[in-house]
Amino acid sequence: MRQMIALVAGVTIGAALAGCGERPQVVNYKQGTYQGKPDQKAYDTAPWNGNKRDWELALANRNQSQNEYKRIR
Amino acid sequence: MARMKFLCDAERCIECNGCVTACKQEHEIPWGVNRRRVVTINDGVPGERSISVACMHCSDAPCMAVCPVDCFYRTDDGVVLHDKDLCIGCGYCFYACPFGAPQFPQAGAFGVRGKMDKCTFCAGGPEPNNSEAEFRKYGRNRLAEGKLPVCAEMCSTKALIGGDGDVLAEIYRERVTTRGKGAEVWGWATAYGRPGAAPGAPAAPGAPASPASPPAGGAKS
Repeated sequence: MRQMIALVAGVTIGAALAGCGERPQVVNYKQGTYQGKPDQKAYDTAPWNGNKRDWELALANRNQSQNEYKRIR
Repeated sequence: MARMKFLCDAERCIECNGCVTACKQEHEIPWGVNRRRVVTINDGVPGERSISVACMHCSDAPCMAVCPVDCFYRTDDGVVLHDKDLCIGCGYCFYACPFGAPQFPQAGAFGVRGKMDKCTFCAGGPEPNNSEAEFRKYGRNRLAEGKLPVCAEMCSTKALIGGDGDVLAEIYRERVTTRGKGAEVWGWATAYGRPGAAPGAPAAPGAPASPASPPAGGAKS
């Protein structure tokens, strides 16, 4: 009987202490890196042929054409 | 370089779905896939508002974060694109996206999903610019042609504008300061509202306006 009590007490204490060994379970997120094919820049090909400034200028002009207050004045 | 963005003005959108149609036509998008769609809130109720929604090309895109094969990338212009050769069509990006932008064509029998398809800001994908392969997989690359997305450029009321985020903000700011806000905006209250009527009370359509009554809502001509 005494052995039984000692066994139960031992198991209980062991189980209670098992919680003390809990490790943090928060996953550390790591951002993946792109695994696909490399893409060309929009201005790499004709008619820009790598001229980024001309391409940006063309886009800026198109952008302003969306402002009708500029267009009607 | 600029950060490319879309901006939809709910005061201007008339739910014509022209942007949706233009997008589908430009990129020859198959049935069942809508890269862009118009969402209407309080449809049929006075004061309803519509906005055109597509991929918002998020600065911190959730689709990129959850993709198990890392097929997403962001261009120097802030456009979020993906490699269809790598995509496995798992649908994680669809669950992650708050705008419902990723679309999946029903490619085969038994509801098999195809590769994910979404708005590319008319910037194509990781294939040679304006090549046949790029058009087939991602649609037309208008940015490489020095043009902006077709949905924004053809929007009849210019509710949807697209391009450099800073420029868009400036256009929108000028627009709002010019047209005013609240009751000054041309809308339901301007057209049908009556002075003294309770806010939200339906006006009688077809009822002749009293000549003595001043125009409601301070309408602008």
